[in-house]
Amino acid sequence: MTNMYDVIILGGGPAGLTAGLYNARARLKVVLYERLAPGGQVLTTDWVENYPGFPEGVSGFELMDRMKNQAEKFGLEIRNDEIVRLDLSESRKIIFAGDDQIETRAVIIACGATWKRLGIEGEERLIGKGISFCATCDGPFYRDQEVAVIGGGDTAVEEAIFLTRFVGKVYLVHRRDKLRATKVIQERAMAEEKIDFVWDTIPMRVLGEAGVEGIELRNLKTGVISRKAVKGVFVFIGTAPNTNLVKEQLKLDQSGFIVTDERMQTSVPGVFAAGDVRSKLFRQISTAVGEGATASYAAEKYLEGQLAAHQ
Amino acid sequence: MSDIMQVTDENFDTEIMKSNLPALVDFWAEWCGPCRMVGPVVEELSKAYEGKVKVAKMDVDKNRQTPAKFGIRNIPTLIFFKGGEVAQTIIGAQPKTYIEGELKKLL
Repeated sequence: MTNMYDVIILGGGPAGLTAGLYNARARLKVVLYERLAPGGQVLTTDWVENYPGFPEGVSGFELMDRMKNQAEKFGLEIRNDEIVRLDLSESRKIIFAGDDQIETRAVIIACGATWKRLGIEGEERLIGKGISFCATCDGPFYRDQEVAVIGGGDTAVEEAIFLTRFVGKVYLVHRRDKLRATKVIQERAMAEEKIDFVWDTIPMRVLGEAGVEGIELRNLKTGVISRKAVKGVFVFIGTAPNTNLVKEQLKLDQSGFIVTDERMQTSVPGVFAAGDVRSKLFRQISTAVGEGATASYAAEKYLEGQLAAHQ
Repeated sequence: MSDIMQVTDENFDTEIMKSNLPALVDFWAEWCGPCRMVGPVVEELSKAYEGKVKVAKMDVDKNRQTPAKFGIRNIPTLIFFKGGEVAQTIIGAQPKTYIEGELKKLL
């Protein structure tokens, strides 16, 4: 059975929920698909303190719950289903969700990104057995133990700080000699006695069979190989876009993120992208929200036939 | 909101290991965001498979022995039990279709 929608939004993080809020308020026939419960990667964030309007900060869960409720209040329908295929062309856009096949006039892709893996020996075997991509989920399992955090950006450093609540010591392993993280976050980390910085260093192997027993490191400047007997390894080395279903159909950048113009329109007219999945400089909740709003408005203009194919 | 069974270290053996029905246990905690993404899915499955699969949740913050026994170091972790044996383990937030697919294999 085919149903014609105005807009289908893929992904229920900040970008998708904002697009849904605007499209629902515009009284478009819109539905948002989310494979899990709405919230996106923000749900793994313990405390958000750079989203404007919350001077004391806000928990990732509360912020996303509020965004979801706000969108639903204006009539956004959220379906908990996984998209298995997308056929995107200028003339016809079809979404295959579970057993359903839905036709839509416009699509907003807000599928986000997933944490990159290290790609080293021992990783595959030990994911879930000491290797983690979520400190707020798994930190409390490492009470008074030693752990390593890999990375030097905002998330890596913030999660290292979060882990000090539970663990005995955090080795923050970074491939450069200084952090990329925002200054205020760096200052906090530097003042934290439980964090040991391991500069100019990359992980070579994760050790252990049934669970993580340690990590082998290599100093990039000296070439010296060393080991730390950590029980947990938390990996925050950047993200890869969730573009499996569209990578053959849309223009992507070198890292696989979706290329759009400033109106968030992709290489296929009527298909828009917003949030972490999009090729851009800065991945934040605040930027995702802005892009979601722009994409929804551009989609609306597209439906009215008022959006030129190319700028 | 949740009327799903909460199991503890004390009753885990009786309720899950000795259960006549296959069982699915969602190991979760209040602090864990992705657990909240899986929670609603587990509740839906609990209703849909009532009488066929025993679906329960365990708060790993209040119960330390059982998670340690199964070597759980990440949450959410879903463990499927059949006849007192671990039949399958799903680590991390996964979509409903996948979880339900694994659940059906128990029947």
